[in-house]
Amino acid sequence: MTNLWMDIKHADVIIQMGGNSAEAHPCGFKWVVEAKAHNNARLIVVDPRFTRTASVADVYCPIRPGSDITFMNAVTRYLLENDKIQHEYVKSYTNAAFVVREGYGFEDGLFSGYDENKRDYDRSTWEYEIGPDGFAVVDPTLQHPRSVMQLLRKHMDPYTPEMVERVCGSPKAKFLQICEMIASTSSPERVMTSLYALGWTHHSKGSQNIRSMTIVQMLLGNMGMLGGGMNALRGHSNIQGLTDIGLMSNLLPGYMTLPSDKEKTLSSYMSTKQFKPLRPGQTSYWQNYNKFFISFQKAMFGTAATVENDFAYDWLPKLDLPTYDVMRAFEMASEGKINGYVIQGFNPLLSFPNRAKMTDAFSKLKFVVVMDPLQTETARFWQNHGDFNPVDPKAIQTEVFELPTTCFAEDEGSLSNSSRWLQWHWPAQDAPAEARSDIDIMAGIHLRLKAMYRKEGGAFPDAILNLNWAYEIADSPRPDEVARELNGYTVTEVKDANGMVLPAGRQLDGFSQLRDDGSTACGCWVYSGCFTERGNQMARRDNTDPGDRGIAPNWAWAWPANRRVLYNRASCDLQGRPWSEKKKLIEWNGSKWVGFDVPDYGPTVAPDKGVMPFIMNPEGVARLWTRGLMRDGPFPAHYEPFESPVANAFSPKIRGNPASRIFKNDLAQLGTSEQYPMVATSYRLTEHFHSWSKHALVNAILQPEFFVEISEQLAAEKGIQPGGWVRVWSARGELKAKAVVTKRIRPLMCDGRAVHVVGIPYHYGFMGRTKKGFGPNSLTPVVGDANTETPEFKAWLVNIERSTAPVDAIA
Amino acid sequence: MPDYSSLDILRRSATTEQPPVIRSNKQEVAKLIDVSKCIGCKACQVACQEWNDIRGDVGTNIGVYDNPTDLGAKTWTLMRFTEYENTGGELEWLIRKDGCMHCSDPGCLKACPAPGAIVQYTNGIVDFNEEACIGCGYCIKGCPFNIPRVSVEDRKAYKCTLCSDRVAVGQAPACAKTCPTGAIMFGSKEAMIEQANERIVDLKSRGFDHAGLYDPAGVGGTHVMYVLHHADKPTLYANLPENPRISPLVQFWKGGFKIFGLATLALATVGGFFHYVTAGPNEVDAAEETEAAREAEKGGK
Repeated sequence: MTNLWMDIKHADVIIQMGGNSAEAHPCGFKWVVEAKAHNNARLIVVDPRFTRTASVADVYCPIRPGSDITFMNAVTRYLLENDKIQHEYVKSYTNAAFVVREGYGFEDGLFSGYDENKRDYDRSTWEYEIGPDGFAVVDPTLQHPRSVMQLLRKHMDPYTPEMVERVCGSPKAKFLQICEMIASTSSPERVMTSLYALGWTHHSKGSQNIRSMTIVQMLLGNMGMLGGGMNALRGHSNIQGLTDIGLMSNLLPGYMTLPSDKEKTLSSYMSTKQFKPLRPGQTSYWQNYNKFFISFQKAMFGTAATVENDFAYDWLPKLDLPTYDVMRAFEMASEGKINGYVIQGFNPLLSFPNRAKMTDAFSKLKFVVVMDPLQTETARFWQNHGDFNPVDPKAIQTEVFELPTTCFAEDEGSLSNSSRWLQWHWPAQDAPAEARSDIDIMAGIHLRLKAMYRKEGGAFPDAILNLNWAYEIADSPRPDEVARELNGYTVTEVKDANGMVLPAGRQLDGFSQLRDDGSTACGCWVYSGCFTERGNQMARRDNTDPGDRGIAPNWAWAWPANRRVLYNRASCDLQGRPWSEKKKLIEWNGSKWVGFDVPDYGPTVAPDKGVMPFIMNPEGVARLWTRGLMRDGPFPAHYEPFESPVANAFSPKIRGNPASRIFKNDLAQLGTSEQYPMVATSYRLTEHFHSWSKHALVNAILQPEFFVEISEQLAAEKGIQPGGWVRVWSARGELKAKAVVTKRIRPLMCDGRAVHVVGIPYHYGFMGRTKKGFGPNSLTPVVGDANTETPEFKAWLVNIERSTAPVDAIA
Repeated sequence: MPDYSSLDILRRSATTEQPPVIRSNKQEVAKLIDVSKCIGCKACQVACQEWNDIRGDVGTNIGVYDNPTDLGAKTWTLMRFTEYENTGGELEWLIRKDGCMHCSDPGCLKACPAPGAIVQYTNGIVDFNEEACIGCGYCIKGCPFNIPRVSVEDRKAYKCTLCSDRVAVGQAPACAKTCPTGAIMFGSKEAMIEQANERIVDLKSRGFDHAGLYDPAGVGGTHVMYVLHHADKPTLYANLPENPRISPLVQFWKGGFKIFGLATLALATVGGFFHYVTAGPNEVDAAEETEAAREAEKGGK
């Protein structure tokens, strides 16, 4: 979230698209209810299904799964056509005035620079025109034909309300009603918040779904505002922490990138991370990248990281491919190129696409280690459960190790929530039986590996042997020791900006104290400030909230720098006065920035210095146009899902997202609308949490059995009875489920034909207390977002018929 | 904070005795369920199961979201989901938390023949004392909302207690405590009506012209009330009765018939007394004794 949960109460308009927060985030949803009850807010829900969120919405509009960009681009078009934008904000705080290099174009659904064989773009024409002064060229009148504003107008022009009706199946009148509500927040006095989740990310153009709303929020001047922002609602209590700590194959902690194998030296790695300001006098905070990176290396390798060895740069792994995401990993496993898999806290057999491929890949592994508090389906992938897991255990030779771990309520540590808060927690009870914490298990594995490398040498022992392991009890590091390391400390004596000397071994106050000479160590720069000399900031529990802003600055700790609303400098005009007194977050008092939140800006930088509010960006402003930073285009364009009931109405030749990677075998397993005429979409139910809570009796009672949801019309067409059994199948597999026949799903009229939607909840499997069932991944295609490789779980094709009950194995 | 934690008894089933009441505070409580804020998350069902330590069976899906599918001896509250197309052709998903309404004039208590099996406290809560319950099920007949259920395991009737054990120590009912959106509120009945009125103004501003409070007069008002978007049509919400009344049979049985019965009893007593005074006691003469002895002997052979 750019903002925070409590902040939602200040919104005037709340748009829920690409998510279903009443269902998936019922506790956070209280702030939506609060905004409605006490801020007279209006709630808009756009979703293929009439959801639990829709049940309390002021306006609900249906939409065909996978057509969100058409809808949102049409909103942008509406705002531009009707001049409903926050002019001053757009002109000064976005890159609307920037001029794009010559040679950019968009034709037949493709941006300039496309290479069909690589399924990738040469993105050089997507950059700004650089003037003789070395800075990007801008046209403050926004009239230059190659200015971002003019390109935006042109790009959005085809997205008319008529096209929304045709492509999305959303009634035109509803669409226009929603546009009007959204447009009301172009006034500086009114603000809209966007809440989204996996409903947007689970698409082959997931990142661009989010971009399409971001553009709207920028045009309305809603970024950095109290009650505004782009708010990703994370699906797990610590999934924000996962990304912050960089648990991706291509990331390092704090959103730094793992080197590629082309970056053979530290200097070549750093050469692409200069982040030189693109406009005069801009902050471009990523210029400090080297400080964050060297301090990270010091935390990893301690005294072994020296100036002489380039701070142990050679010991970092180097990527030979852009990512080793899960779809690639299991592709490799199915080809026999991966031997073993260590699974910590997830259940891939049910959560990665194409279950049959997953089972095949697992069967080819030599060993699988599952660290989990529960007995997961993944750990039992080899066990026959009749129709629910039709495998032959005798044919599977994979060795499976189950290591029982503690659950969140049995250990100490911090969880990072959607609001970017790091909240410390303490164990509520002891671990059962032999369960150990994940830290202890990993420490044990680490120490054994280290001992083996020490004894046996091996091809490349340095990277393991030199890892810093300065914990009091080596095989059981304390969570607070790890937290101190993430925060960072002085390795040697350091002089701060005011000439004050910080002695060695001192906890840092924040990332502004980091150095690139090896005198500081920091495990995750964005977390710096969480555990200072004043103690564990994450354990703070003071809910005092000055000005009732929902900021409560002394409750836990938020990254970065305990800032609660990102880009909050943009809540003020160029002179540093709040756009709206009612929505004041910070303001310039003549000598410094003061207010309710930590300013996202130099605390004493006067507004007339010309430093723009988006200080992380080299431009200093927000990006309507993303240059070459997105793989699939500088603007969002409509692409159909890889399996779609209709052709792309804007560019009929294009199938799926042209920049998405798809493996050959997976491409061959895509179905067509002739064989699979219905659109399927997957989602969560409020009664369950992922595939965990089906192990709990109380939750099993509340939603005991797997089902799919279909419209009354489809049920009538196929002779399906409510509560009766159905078979649903795709080009990759099949499942059987009970049918929930509902008015909440309706056929959508797209391109002149009725498109039926089949809703398939995630949660059920063959372990736990609920009745045995299936997951949507029995059916889903293996293809993901062009930027993040998040699988397309929200739109694919299926067929459906009446059936008999699935058969379990005879016990 | 008004004091409504007293569990002094106002009424007891099948008895006329008035328990001693030395406290003067008669503050009535109410749970207000704002249907327009409810998202049907079933957290209230979880809280109810956990606080009261009751677990129903893991059922099946019968084609709806309602699970368990009905109230039971181990399910004292549940969400009932209704899909409703309104007059404007728009879909509404009406979700109502069902459970005991804690009527001011409780039909269950009226119908109950077991002394003290059902009580009503001065704060309005209607509570079942299972140890005194005889399992006759009359309370079900007496309830205009079809709430109590008799357990197949112990033949006792069970229902929501409004967490009388929590209220007694100044805590809100478990469902109100857990509700993430504040759709379930708890306090004095007066404060809840005030809260409801504020919500009704908001709902009317959103086009729900018939928004209102459900506090039916037919049962003397209730201590569980609803804010409804369509207060003019409560039956839309999974057949919430429009004008609930205690069954005429119970009314007759425990009202008119009871008086008639008592009058008959009284008349018989009075008649017997006058018969005694005027005709003297009934006496058995010697001939009757002999005849009886002969009959007994015949029967013995």
